[in-house]
Amino acid sequence: MSNVVEKKNQKDSHMEEKNYITTDYTLKSWFITKDHKRIAMLYLVTVLIFFFVGSVAAGFVRFELTSPNGQFLESETYNRMFTAHGVVMIFFFLLVAIPAVLGNFLLPLMIGARDLAFPKLNLLSYYLFLGGALFGVTALVTGGVDTGWTFYTPLSSMYSNSQVVLTLTGAFIAGFSSISTAVNFIVTIHKMRAPGLTWFRLPLFVWAHYATSVIILLGTPVVAITLALVAVERLLHIGVFSPEYGGDPVLFQHMFWFYSHPAVYIMILPAMGVINEVIACFSRNRIFGYKFIAASSLAIAALGFLVWGHHMFVSSESYYQAAFFSLMSFLVAIPSAIKVFNWSATLYKGMIYVTTPMAYAIGFLGLFVIGGLTGLYCSCLATDEHLTGTYFIVAHFHYVMVGGTIMAFLAGIHFWWPKMTGRLYPESWGKIGMLIIFSGFHMTFMPQFIVGFLGMPRRYHYYYFAPEFQIYHVLSTAGAGVLAIGFMIPVVYLILSLKHGAKAPQNPWNAKGLEWEKVDAVPTTHNFHEIPVVNEPAYNYSIDDEPPIEAEKTRLGVVRESN
Amino acid sequence: MAHDAAHLGKQQVYEQFENIDQQNESYLVGMWSFLVTEVMFFGVLLFSYVLYRWQYQDYFYTIHKLLDVNMGAVNTVILLSSSYSMVLAVHFAQIKKRSAQLSALLFTIGCAFGFLIIKYFEYSHKIHAGLVPGPKFVWPAVDNPELMANVPASVAQMFFSLYFAMTGLHGIHVIVGILILGTLSFLVWRKSSLVEDYMITEMIGLYWHFVDLVWIFLFPLFYLMPR
Ligand code: HEM
Ligand SMILES: [Cu+2]
Repeated sequence: MSNVVEKKNQKDSHMEEKNYITTDYTLKSWFITKDHKRIAMLYLVTVLIFFFVGSVAAGFVRFELTSPNGQFLESETYNRMFTAHGVVMIFFFLLVAIPAVLGNFLLPLMIGARDLAFPKLNLLSYYLFLGGALFGVTALVTGGVDTGWTFYTPLSSMYSNSQVVLTLTGAFIAGFSSISTAVNFIVTIHKMRAPGLTWFRLPLFVWAHYATSVIILLGTPVVAITLALVAVERLLHIGVFSPEYGGDPVLFQHMFWFYSHPAVYIMILPAMGVINEVIACFSRNRIFGYKFIAASSLAIAALGFLVWGHHMFVSSESYYQAAFFSLMSFLVAIPSAIKVFNWSATLYKGMIYVTTPMAYAIGFLGLFVIGGLTGLYCSCLATDEHLTGTYFIVAHFHYVMVGGTIMAFLAGIHFWWPKMTGRLYPESWGKIGMLIIFSGFHMTFMPQFIVGFLGMPRRYHYYYFAPEFQIYHVLSTAGAGVLAIGFMIPVVYLILSLKHGAKAPQNPWNAKGLEWEKVDAVPTTHNFHEIPVVNEPAYNYSIDDEPPIEAEKTRLGVVRESN
Repeated sequence: MAHDAAHLGKQQVYEQFENIDQQNESYLVGMWSFLVTEVMFFGVLLFSYVLYRWQYQDYFYTIHKLLDVNMGAVNTVILLSSSYSMVLAVHFAQIKKRSAQLSALLFTIGCAFGFLIIKYFEYSHKIHAGLVPGPKFVWPAVDNPELMANVPASVAQMFFSLYFAMTGLHGIHVIVGILILGTLSFLVWRKSSLVEDYMITEMIGLYWHFVDLVWIFLFPLFYLMPR
């Protein structure tokens, strides 16, 4: 208690000091900022715009599928729609959402640094992202692409009659943005930790971002050059994939998935990082098996590079290759499962407060388990022969990517919203939004598991050959509508909270971690008044802690004796 | 923070760092991480090369005779000398001999230009001989039609695709190197405080050695195939 009062006084003396938002209001100061927190906010706005664009494309796809013969789009246009959805969502939303927004904002705060190691590179990475995204958008408005987000050759390199090169250029440039962010994170984590902050005292969020950065460093150049080779093959006929040039189109698939399987972990590892922070805070408990979670992030990063062949079981893979990749895919599920068990163990005997971030985190657990377990159906050779290329796969990866990454993204945004903006959001609306998203999500993707299992191929425009599938598609489309409403709710109340929300105290959740304990309510440009010294492990929570102010109203379970 | 910088000369410690050592170590870790991505870049092409050479070894051996070993060898010597002068540049930067550093850098740039000029002659010869893959590919090659007649045109196009892709990407790196080295020389010439410390020169040196190293792989892979 006395601690809190002291903090308050200390804060008063810094009253005149401006925080990172109020330091300068001009537009220019935002666009040439080198402050990692401002760059994170730029990213936030940008990726949300792309999330919206991708969602609109998804809306078209879902609407088309409500009838076995399509509704109003040409088949060509339909192909362009699902490609637009995939490309925008993966390259311009999911891959950057958590690392570039939350990671950028929090990494220096969590490790006690004044900024990332290379602030200018950070700004450059934002503009590279924007540049790549503009290429992508130009491709969309000048006709779109019809190859699917996977750009398989020889369709993409020879036959497709659409804006392949522009889109590839966009993805290529965005790749460099990822790489610069990853280099920045790696250097920052290695070299800029506060005194006393040893590797095993780091928040697991930081570990997750470290593993992610390693994957980006090793994987992104591979896909960048692969996509560049496709573009060069289209433009200059210098090609290594086309049979006309003695090439082998399957080589493309190998190189593409060598990156794109690890890329799914680029999307999920940072999400897992967020979940650690949220679960520990709202169960007032130390993360169970800290070292196992940290190590499992690295194990996922390593094993993730050895399973790409599970996307190619039916693309001329030999028995031995297929068996190897199947086995490795089963193995990679182990570290993922370790995390889930450890989170459950953390909840056990914790003092659980169901706030909005926690609600999202618990939602994450359930959805990720379904997504991960169905991943095993896809990794098993015998079942995958039947499931590959169907809506089952679509459902699988939406459970992990939407149910995992987006739920965690929302959990993180709510959890750190007070720190990012200095405002509190309305808890009750938060939970209503979460419930709608959660139910809409199941309505959308559960039917896809069933219809996929029954044999509905993915990426098909028509299914007049099996009109009995219609009911599932209609259900799924209705669910997508619910989901859309659900996503609008947080957008609205978060924006309103900027103006009307209550001012957040320095540590509204009574959470542990430098970003809450040593940083002002809204951080100043250089984060810390003086560099903190760390002398306790991460997540030093106990169930006897003062309850989080906001969370007090929402505690589950035992009634606390009043104090 | 301030006194650390003072006893090491004028080098600036940027505000995100606590002291000069932390800053320099960060630079190095960053540079090496970047080089890892570069290795992965070329790694993909190398992998494709290995794959197709393994598939078409005999044909590739025949086709590789169309490349001019002498030009390749001269270029190898040029790049190796430039690596040596780069080492000298870093050395002179460390002991703050600015004019010697500048000459070493200019020599390195000269070598890079020499490399590109020879590459230009090689490329233009190939282009005139119609050896660029695509609809206008001329096969059997005019240089040695009898020998080349045994080789399918598709395989030849693969060989030249790999040749242009790999040496092309390397060439782009050389051009980027010239730009960076040029900027560095300019800064050294203007006695800018940015290059007061040797760190920047050292990092650019790392990049340049990497570019040379890639060529050390490319030269035997394309020009010196064993039977
Ligand atoms: C528990 C670990 C997981 C396993 C064992 C697993 C397994 C698989 C397998 C075998 C496939 C290929 C199915 C086929 O095409 O026939 C697949 C597809 C996919 N998975 Fe997973 N998965 C796992 C987790 C994840 C995660 C965490 C994500 C993303 C965050 C993800 C995203 C995807 C995507 C995007 C595809 C489809 C790619 C495409 O063809 O367009 N998976 N998964
Ligand atoms: Cu995969």
